[in-house]
Amino acid sequence: MKKYIFYPGCAMDTSAKAYNESMQAVLAPLGLDFEEVHDWNCCGATEYLGISTVPAYALISRNLALAARQTNGDRTVVASCSACYLNLAKADYYMAERPSLGELVNVALAEGGLDYTPGTLEIRHLLDIIINEVGLDAVKERVTHPLKGLRVAPYLGCMVPRPDYKKRWSDYEYPNELDRLLKALGAEVIDFPLKTHCCGGHMTQISPTTAFELIRRLISSADHHKADVMVTVCPMCQLNLDAYQNETNQYFHTNYKMPILFFTQLIGLAFGIEAKKLGLGRELVSAREALSRIGVEVPQEEPEVKPRRKKPTGLPMPKMPVNEEKTL
Amino acid sequence: MAAQVFRSSDPNPNLRFLEEVSARTAGVSRLEMCIQCGTCGGSCPSSVDMDHTPRMLFALIRAGLREAALSSNTPWYCVSCYHCVVRCPQDVHIADVMYTLKSMAIQEKLYKEATAPDFSQTFVDMVETYGRSYEFGLATRHYLKHFPLRMPSMAPMGLGMLSKKRMDITPTRIEGMDQLKAILTRAKELEVV
Repeated sequence: MKKYIFYPGCAMDTSAKAYNESMQAVLAPLGLDFEEVHDWNCCGATEYLGISTVPAYALISRNLALAARQTNGDRTVVASCSACYLNLAKADYYMAERPSLGELVNVALAEGGLDYTPGTLEIRHLLDIIINEVGLDAVKERVTHPLKGLRVAPYLGCMVPRPDYKKRWSDYEYPNELDRLLKALGAEVIDFPLKTHCCGGHMTQISPTTAFELIRRLISSADHHKADVMVTVCPMCQLNLDAYQNETNQYFHTNYKMPILFFTQLIGLAFGIEAKKLGLGRELVSAREALSRIGVEVPQEEPEVKPRRKKPTGLPMPKMPVNEEKTL
Repeated sequence: MAAQVFRSSDPNPNLRFLEEVSARTAGVSRLEMCIQCGTCGGSCPSSVDMDHTPRMLFALIRAGLREAALSSNTPWYCVSCYHCVVRCPQDVHIADVMYTLKSMAIQEKLYKEATAPDFSQTFVDMVETYGRSYEFGLATRHYLKHFPLRMPSMAPMGLGMLSKKRMDITPTRIEGMDQLKAILTRAKELEVV
């Protein structure tokens, strides 16, 4: 068992519950043992940095300081969310690059009885650990139910391969790590051209039409390449592509039904872990049909709560074509 | 701590703005090194919605056009995808410069559209209160204020998130809230002016 400190980030308990459940289910088979950063706080996502500098870095660094106290031998902190991973890595890197920032942050941390020396910890993403520490050979050995016949689009998003301060990935824009892992699981991996393009980030909350276009590009490309599912490594990417797919469809008059799953869910399926333990069924765009191709039954969805329909006595509304893709 | 507080010695006031933006950016921004090649704008997935491409914005900064630069919507449309950052031949920390410009625009109230600054502020308020993000509170407050008309089309998604247990109605608070508050209060005092 390899021990690591783990920083989950806020989404793992809420919107990305399926990521958390599936990650927990595959840790032991992968020979990983995670100890959570005790009483960790939010990393500030991309929001706090746009408001202030020293407070934003102090917020991130409280986590680094807490994690550094916990290290017993291993100095690696693993993050599962891309934004959390980047924020932790960025704080560590910039406080070293510009020592005056590190000094100010430490003055603030001292108010809470904490301190952090930049460079103390290694910050790594979960996928990096699985690829480079567990290794694909060890993964392959565990595969009992190869995902034969499932066409997957490997979608990495932005903040894992970029800016990549420590040069851990094979490429900034077209890295092959996720492809290799999914191939090891027996899946048919498409050569996905937009694998590190943006999911829209927080734009779904700020300028929805900007976000919808970014979401549309990704999903239409995956659909064009006949992917059965898109696979993500980040809670934010999964949320945008899954939860906003319906609104994006409405906006462009398209009818995509692309299931968006976490890579840990596919690892779990290939290891023969039952679907329910992997958080399958939590996705808003159902993966039922796609996964039935490999003989996996997605657990019965909880009864859908439908918004109350308007009475059909109102004025007739013009019908919009729903199945035609808008030609741009 | 005076070292961080911005003080310019440059006699040319136009250069001071560039210096200030650079000084306030975390890490070493290298903004002065921009050669105006335009690789950033060409790499940007949201440049179509921007008043200025990043290159144009950096030209405004170098020309000392403070108000024009800080009221540009460009930083607010940056999606932090870091495409420009890894392609920049001069290694300018473009995404971090965008964060700096956002915070300066908020401080000087020069932003034109309140949706993005409000979203960031609401998010930060939640984090400063609970130590964790609180999606339900954030979404409710934000949508009521900025997208009330979008709420009906959002309803199925919100209900889906709730019924699939992907959103908590109540916030989670960390144990060390007093500690975090003390740290952030001190950090705000130390913030570069």
